[in-house]
Amino acid sequence: MLTEPAPVAVRPRPRLRASVRRAGSAVRLAALGGLVLALVAAYLFTDVPGSLAYALEKRGLTVAATVVVAAAVGVSTVVFHTITGNRVLTPSIMGFDAFYLLVSTAVVFAAGSAAFLAADPLVLWAVQVAVMVGFSVVLSTWLFGGKRRSIHLMLLVGIVLGTFFRSFSEWMQRMLDPLDFQVLSDAFFASLTRPDETLLVLTAALVAVGCAVVVPLLRTLDVLTLGEPVAVGLGVDHRRVVLTLFAVVSVMVAASTALVGPVLFLGLIVANLAYAWAGSFRHAWTVPTAVLLGVVCLLGGQLVLERVLGFGGTLSTVVDFAGGLFFLYLVLRKGAR
Amino acid sequence: MIALEGVSKRYGGQTVVDDVSLALGGEGVTALIGPNGAGKSTLFGLVGRLVRPDAGRVTVDGLDVATTPSQELARRVAVLRQDNHVAARLTVQDLVEFGRFPHSRGRLTVDDRDHVERAVAHLGLEGYRDRFLDELSGGQRQRASIAMVLAQDTRYVLLDEPLNNLDLRHMGETMRLVREMADVLGKRVVTVLHDVNSAAAYADRIVAMRDGRVVADAPARDVMRPEVLADVYDTTVDVREIDGRPVALYYG
Repeated sequence: MLTEPAPVAVRPRPRLRASVRRAGSAVRLAALGGLVLALVAAYLFTDVPGSLAYALEKRGLTVAATVVVAAAVGVSTVVFHTITGNRVLTPSIMGFDAFYLLVSTAVVFAAGSAAFLAADPLVLWAVQVAVMVGFSVVLSTWLFGGKRRSIHLMLLVGIVLGTFFRSFSEWMQRMLDPLDFQVLSDAFFASLTRPDETLLVLTAALVAVGCAVVVPLLRTLDVLTLGEPVAVGLGVDHRRVVLTLFAVVSVMVAASTALVGPVLFLGLIVANLAYAWAGSFRHAWTVPTAVLLGVVCLLGGQLVLERVLGFGGTLSTVVDFAGGLFFLYLVLRKGAR
Repeated sequence: MIALEGVSKRYGGQTVVDDVSLALGGEGVTALIGPNGAGKSTLFGLVGRLVRPDAGRVTVDGLDVATTPSQELARRVAVLRQDNHVAARLTVQDLVEFGRFPHSRGRLTVDDRDHVERAVAHLGLEGYRDRFLDELSGGQRQRASIAMVLAQDTRYVLLDEPLNNLDLRHMGETMRLVREMADVLGKRVVTVLHDVNSAAAYADRIVAMRDGRVVADAPARDVMRPEVLADVYDTTVDVREIDGRPVALYYG
């Protein structure tokens, strides 16, 4: 079957089907972009009570927060899926939101809800981000950077610690004054409305830095889908790349969680929808698709909540409800195969 | 040359590779045989940068594996692995193109495309290039993986148990491909094999391991002797000559 290769055996020719597929991915991404623009326009300009300028200013902030959160959640979840080789996980398995709950609860527990509300949001945000990032960096360097290098061990420890933090928070919550508890539980529902401007800018900056690190690694991420042994065989410095990506994921997730609350479940939905929608395994397509889908889900959900159902802030309910159903679908479909 | 100098690897208290000094990657095909747990795959892992040695040094063409950039080594050594489950849906063409990653970091040049085309043509995969890997049979998937290894265009090719899960026809086909890689393309092939007879029929040199040590390292014919094989596998093995080839009979 093998023959001596003729020097110029086959001229590279454009492969029609592959380029059609690629064009398909571009068209699909563009269509999604169009939908995002339409949603943004609908959110900004419809149903304006009174001054348009005032509404635009307020709503512009919500749109900005939506985009930042969608970018953080979309990028981090797709990257997390690739480095763990598992598509039904979210970075929350590392105990991110559990840590968020713990820190918030601890503040209220120790200083009371008045102090929690009076605290400088910037300080609170910075502490949350620092603690979450610190936690994940310690976890990943200890379990992955060292001799063992096991992603699964790291995930397992993350789950155990996450459960511990969650239980510990619950234990503290039991002993809280009902009023304090009310204030606290309000903070646990993700809300995109009325974001603090300074925090939004800071979060956006962190997420932008994260994206700047991920973009040059998109092709390397493609190779990582082949699994660690093959990726190493193809010259990927697996340990360094994965630790870098873990750091990026934790910074992005920490920053966005500290801004709006826990929304990681959203990542599971948008990432898996993105794999189906993008029509390609290449991260150059799946990552932006996941981000745009994130905007569609968040802003679409916000539109329905605010304009159709007439609720204020809490998006978590919708995200968790829809996400839970979608997760069940994913698991059942996997089982059926 | 791929050289191991006093290499050891321990997992927990167990020594899996025990002070091995060995030169691999001479011309032709070298087969690595031995019972389960002899340390063959760990040895491959040490050369392929998946396992770090506790002692000793591994070099490829004089480059220390521990300190040389991974990309540099990936241009010299290609590794074919088994059972590698991929969550994403890739086509044969996608997979083969990955073989060029060490050379172009994913941005294919005209030269890269040329290598990919040749590898696809060598393996007779022209008709399958747009098929998804999960739509292929085991034998076809194996050929696609071999095409990726060829596209990587390395001097050394390591094959980790390439005959696993293949039927008789595909076993023969794969071993003929391996032979031709060495004879026609001039690659230095090192392969882990469980089937002693395949090793005897297609390899030039056989390295036998047991308990983490090299217990035999000789031309294939010299290893195919009852007393050597009995020592390696710790069981009685009869060797008969059939049409001038040594054949091991181990069906008690």
